[in-house]
Amino acid sequence: MSVTRAPKTARAPRSGSGSRGAFRQGRLALLLLLPSLVVVFGIVVYPLLRTLYTSLFDVNSAFPGTYPFSGLGNYLRAVQSGEFWAAIGRTFYFTLSTTVLEVVFGVLLALLLNAEFRGRWLLRSIVILPWALPTVVNGAMWRWIFNPEYGALNALLTQLQVIPEYRSWLGTPWMALNMIVVADVWKMTPLAAFFVLAALQTIPRDLYEAAWVDGAGKVRSFFSITLPLLTPTILIVLVLRTMEAFKVFDLVYVMTRGGPANGTQTIAYYTYVEAFSNQLFGYGAALAYIIALFILFFAITYMRLLRRGEVEY
Amino acid sequence: MQSSVSSRILIYAAAIFTAAVIIAPFLWLVISSLAAPADLLVRPLRWVPENPSLSRYAEVFSGAGSAASTFRAAMVNSAIVATSSVLISMGVGIFGAYAFARLRFRFQRAILLLFLSTYMLPPIAILISLYLTLVQLRLLDSKLGLVLVYCSFITPFVLWIMSGYFRGIPRDLEDAARIDGCSRMGALFRVVLPLARPGLLATALFGFLLAWDEFLYALIFTSSLGSKTIPVAIAEFTGRNAVDFGMIATGGIVASLPPLAIAFLFQRYIVGGLAAGGVKG
Repeated sequence: MSVTRAPKTARAPRSGSGSRGAFRQGRLALLLLLPSLVVVFGIVVYPLLRTLYTSLFDVNSAFPGTYPFSGLGNYLRAVQSGEFWAAIGRTFYFTLSTTVLEVVFGVLLALLLNAEFRGRWLLRSIVILPWALPTVVNGAMWRWIFNPEYGALNALLTQLQVIPEYRSWLGTPWMALNMIVVADVWKMTPLAAFFVLAALQTIPRDLYEAAWVDGAGKVRSFFSITLPLLTPTILIVLVLRTMEAFKVFDLVYVMTRGGPANGTQTIAYYTYVEAFSNQLFGYGAALAYIIALFILFFAITYMRLLRRGEVEY
Repeated sequence: MQSSVSSRILIYAAAIFTAAVIIAPFLWLVISSLAAPADLLVRPLRWVPENPSLSRYAEVFSGAGSAASTFRAAMVNSAIVATSSVLISMGVGIFGAYAFARLRFRFQRAILLLFLSTYMLPPIAILISLYLTLVQLRLLDSKLGLVLVYCSFITPFVLWIMSGYFRGIPRDLEDAARIDGCSRMGALFRVVLPLARPGLLATALFGFLLAWDEFLYALIFTSSLGSKTIPVAIAEFTGRNAVDFGMIATGGIVASLPPLAIAFLFQRYIVGGLAAGGVKG
């Protein structure tokens, strides 16, 4: 047994020794990566390029055919459209408010989950619930709670005499947008908290003990130890959530369908309406590329942060 | 560290408040699914229903109504689509992840980032052309079409998370196996994969949750009972039957059962894996 395998043993290389080994590794890597490359880029790259191509034409039906070339016309149309900028504005508002709230509440929640108290395991389990709830169910749930005639929020607030009569929470654009923010924050804060909790658990205890010996109180040690050490994680959560929030579609679809008076149309929803309801595929494609550019910017930021993110003590 | 009585009270108060804020909306969904329709439409609202019953659940699981049969079909579709996408993505992605973790090759980091960027790509950027392509391939409104699309975002996720796990497994064990005569692939299957079992489980479960939750592609690409997934069914039902709140709640809870079960049973794996995958470079 050992005789036949002896030559192989002699060659068993530590990784990357010699150019021949590197060449072999390259070939093996290509072989191993090929299935993933086919599955991912086979499905993504062609549509991505085709979207770019489509965005240069006035495509107004799902069927193949010849459509007039319009160059950057679709992009210009977007930039000159008031609806487009309104949708961008709402998207920025939604993104900024959800991200900030989720990070702030996420840090507070993580601190709580990291504190020592009886029943902590139970709270840690409960916190998973919103995160695991499907987004569409979350939307349907809040829509029901915010219902103007039978909703639980109205019932609760009138019975507690906070408001005198039932209100239409999703009835005015500004209020509806904020209610979507509430639904998103409820669902996604736990995710931010998990990230922060993981980072909290890596902070060595002696740091706090040293600070305590030096006479620093809890608040002081939070701001001079915890927060600085959490900063890389917080930045990552911030960018990850920004990217997700910028794409928001399902919550809007389920809770308001973009209404009232288009007041909750985010940019992804606006693109969906233009492309699939109005069959303006060319214009929709241009809008999609504009969104992708925004996300690309966030993604580059994220990768930069990841590279810097390795904390040392 | 010792904590004062007041700070302990503060902690408990915060814990109870947090639990209430998290549980209350979901509890209301549960109550709505059990309450008789009249209980949901009275003013002032009765918080505890007078005659709670499981009749809507019985309807969803075995009834003949159109809502019930749509939910059932959609649950089955979701289960098939999510499971197949995860199996394919895992089967494909594990090898790639191993290559990223253990081999050195040119453009390694660039390729990994390229994969990662497709994971971050907004679906809307490829949605329109994918739709046009699926129309031409006659894969629109089919489970297969949806599975293919889902694989394109679950595979990069598998690559990302699993390469992290593989990197965490000591090289020595693998080297020892290779000195004993295993090929690289032999070592992958006999040494690395068994050791990475928690990671494999977490990745598969998380991929399943991603697929189960996906809405936009499913909304555009599916429409018939043969391929519609559960988020689409619920969104449609919510839009159409805006007054049957009890049934909306029941459908929502049934749709949440698989992800909730996964999240609670495998809590440690998922939360740990999530944090590790996002933070490690």
